Amino acid sequence: MSEPSLPPEPLHPDDLAFPEEPITVFRATSRGITARFARPEAAIIRELVGQVVELVAADLPATGADDLAAMVGISDSAEVPDDPVLARLLPDGYRNDPDAALEFRRFTESGLRSAKVESAQLLLQTLPAGGGRVRLSADEAEAWLRSLNDVRLAMGVRLGVTEDFEQLIEDLEPDDARYGYAHIYDWLSLLQASLVEALS
Amino acid sequence: MSVAPVEITRAEADEEALVDKPWLTIVWNDPVNLMDYVTYVFQRVFGYPKPKAERLMLDVHHKGKAVVAAGAREAMERNAETLHGYGLWATVSHDR
Repeated sequence: MSEPSLPPEPLHPDDLAFPEEPITVFRATSRGITARFARPEAAIIRELVGQVVELVAADLPATGADDLAAMVGISDSAEVPDDPVLARLLPDGYRNDPDAALEFRRFTESGLRSAKVESAQLLLQTLPAGGGRVRLSADEAEAWLRSLNDVRLAMGVRLGVTEDFEQLIEDLEPDDARYGYAHIYDWLSLLQASLVEALS
Repeated sequence: MSVAPVEITRAEADEEALVDKPWLTIVWNDPVNLMDYVTYVFQRVFGYPKPKAERLMLDVHHKGKAVVAAGAREAMERNAETLHGYGLWATVSHDR
């Protein structure tokens, strides 16, 4: 697992809508769990969450002629996803037992996909496109938590994140193609950590 | 470091039941999931008190995996499914 690290400086000076709050995080208040997002921050989150939705909602497992099975989300066939991000978001339920793993996937994958899409949609509904104040109920906060985690899992696969991520982010130069992405990942880690804290 | 004790549901004690080994839900370490998040998920999903949830999380972190529940196969599969919903990598296995 990782512990969030503070980036050494803000992502971009232009992203600071509120200089007295150098990094956007959630706080628990008497009126809910709140954060204020600058416009570019909201855009970044919406884009990344949208990408997860696209990936997870696409290619829903083919349903067979059995309508009852289709209704309860059992699919005729389900395969381990080729895309490594999707494979991480929809992991095997059994190790060293491909038959059991496939059976598990048949019964659970479409429900898992739907749940992830639902969390993402609730996040998108509660995050204004132009940024601004967000105030979340406990349920909405839970949806944000799971959705942000899905985004970080996806980014983690793309970045090749290991336990040494803190070393990676220290070594990355601004002209490295991964620089911006890695710093966004770092910020989202802090954001998610603050949400866990606010929910605890 | 010792492994945190794990809740076990067993059939009524009789010799045949003792042969029926429990199934396990195992959580595997990964470099993305935050330690506090994993602890939170264990509290939320299993209702474990925070110290126990934290011990299990540390086991996952330091040992690479931890048994987070034991019992009937279907229940372990439901656990794995729920944990996948939170982005944890969980698998089911037969205790031997």
